[in-house]
Amino acid sequence: MQRLVAEAGLLKFEQMFFLAEFNVIQPDWGLILWTTIFFLLFWYIIGRFAFRPIANALKDRETDIQGALDEAKKAKEEMANMKAENETLIAQAREERARIIKEAKDTGNNIVNEAKTKAKDEAQKIVVSAKTEINNQKQAAMIDVKNQAGTMAIDIAEKILKRELSNKAEQISYVNELVKDANLN
Amino acid sequence: MKRYFSFIIIVFLSLSSQQLFGQQHNHDNHDGHDHSTHDHSTHDHGSHNSATKDAKAHADDGHHAPDCAHIESHEWIEGDEYDPAPTAFHHVGDANVYSIGPLQIPLPCMLYAKDTKKFDFFLSNKFGFKSIGHGDGKYAYNKYVLDGGTVKRIKDLSFPDGKVAINGIVHDHDTHKAYVCAEGKMWETHKKSTADFGIFGGDVDSNFFDFSITKNVMSMLIVFLLMAWMFFAIARAYRNRRGEAPRGLQGFIEPIFLFIQDEVCKPFLGDKYMRYQPFIMSLFFFILGLNLWGQVPFLGGSNVTGNLAFTAVLALFAFFVTTFSGNKHYWEHIFWMPGVPAWVKTILTPVELLGVFIKPITLALRLFANITAGHMVIIIFVSLIFMFGKLGGNPTAGYLTSIGSGLLSIFIMAIELLVAFIQAFVFAILTASYIGAAVEDHHHEGDHSHDVEEAH
Repeated sequence: MQRLVAEAGLLKFEQMFFLAEFNVIQPDWGLILWTTIFFLLFWYIIGRFAFRPIANALKDRETDIQGALDEAKKAKEEMANMKAENETLIAQAREERARIIKEAKDTGNNIVNEAKTKAKDEAQKIVVSAKTEINNQKQAAMIDVKNQAGTMAIDIAEKILKRELSNKAEQISYVNELVKDANLN
Repeated sequence: MKRYFSFIIIVFLSLSSQQLFGQQHNHDNHDGHDHSTHDHSTHDHGSHNSATKDAKAHADDGHHAPDCAHIESHEWIEGDEYDPAPTAFHHVGDANVYSIGPLQIPLPCMLYAKDTKKFDFFLSNKFGFKSIGHGDGKYAYNKYVLDGGTVKRIKDLSFPDGKVAINGIVHDHDTHKAYVCAEGKMWETHKKSTADFGIFGGDVDSNFFDFSITKNVMSMLIVFLLMAWMFFAIARAYRNRRGEAPRGLQGFIEPIFLFIQDEVCKPFLGDKYMRYQPFIMSLFFFILGLNLWGQVPFLGGSNVTGNLAFTAVLALFAFFVTTFSGNKHYWEHIFWMPGVPAWVKTILTPVELLGVFIKPITLALRLFANITAGHMVIIIFVSLIFMFGKLGGNPTAGYLTSIGSGLLSIFIMAIELLVAFIQAFVFAILTASYIGAAVEDHHHEGDHSHDVEEAH
């Protein structure tokens, strides 16, 4: 059958188109066998032990790179967040500081004021007590003066009574003398 | 929106790459015409390529049979005619030797003879080819011979086993059959078994399987080891330098890795992307590595991604992964498209079902065509030097052409560098889109409202 087909001449490509033997279109069994063997070896050995690991490594690396990029993005975002947070913190700190300073100032002022008031009060008290003392002393002195004047008057009277009252002029000079002697101590 | 934009870019780039292929093809045909109109006065100029021309000339006259009296070799330098097409076909093909320029390095042969049911394992230098040459064996070994770097097997079981000296190999240019001239007789050979069942010129009567470490297999091994070393180093870097910025090789691959992950896997596979990513990545980097490896000059220039066997296997993997991932909605959309009148379904179902198979076929053909085209364009440009060099028996034209050809080759190589990435990317993105369509959760109401939203 094959020979019939071949010898029919119609399908003898070689004789139709080619002057010499064009044997690359005649697939010989040896080459078919060896191609099959080498391709299977290639597919199995290189495919399994090289192409697959390479593809996996590339996949892993892609994942790694994507992960690293994502992480970097996240870090950046975090950084931005942190920055914002820091700024708020600084602002808060600033406010706090201002508040503390203000408070300190207020406290200081209060203390000063209080001290002032206290001092005033104290001074007033001192003044009041001094006045009272003065008054007391004054009164005591007055009493003393009164007492002395009384004693003096009695003394003078006593002396006048003791001396004879001969003459009026003498009497007056004597009185003056007594008065002069009686120093108000 | 972005997704559609990417699609438009891809479509544009694929189209422009195919344009390149088309141009190359025309060029090729053009060369062929040029040569077939030449008058061939000598028959015995010892050039395989010229002999091809002779065959054509003879075929025009009448019948041409291979003849042991006129043994050809592949040492085309000796001839006075140069045909780029066989050179290009030879260089884009697979071989049982690793050729770095004219230097031929032997590779291990693992051959299974269908007729004797015997397995042979030996190094291809058993064939005694020249180290600097074109891979034509001087010996037959266990009925196997090396013809232009490719192992062929003598059909006749009476041919002696072991190492047998041969006089040479002649070709029938109508059937492309090679005949071994040894022990005063001409022995018919068969090519290795191919999976095209004769449709693309494979040998339907083949008497052996070639499981050798060919040039393409060697390139796959080298690229696999390079890629394994590179990706293990990178995986280690990711493990040891966890969480650090990428450095060195890691930094070089990471954008490419991320590009495929973010532009291919995630948009099409959604949240299931981790499950299919190793597959898509393997497709991308295996194709890319081999595309680039094939483009390094003087490292063999092996055309692995431009070999239908290779692209068909990868497309088959894409097909199986898609098919086995397909959920209920995927199959429902193929066999019984919802929301469509029944008579339309009768048209739609076969179309959708064909699409399931056409998608991986286009995947295989696109990569194959683009990369083979790239290799051939460069070979054709380099061939121009020899074509002009052989003209009129004076090499001056060749020297002059080498300047222009060199510049054009550099330009094409720059484009091919782009194509290496684009085709790997296109294969990956289309596979991802097919798998994506198979695993997508269809929420009709949700989808509809979403579309409406998008339209607004």
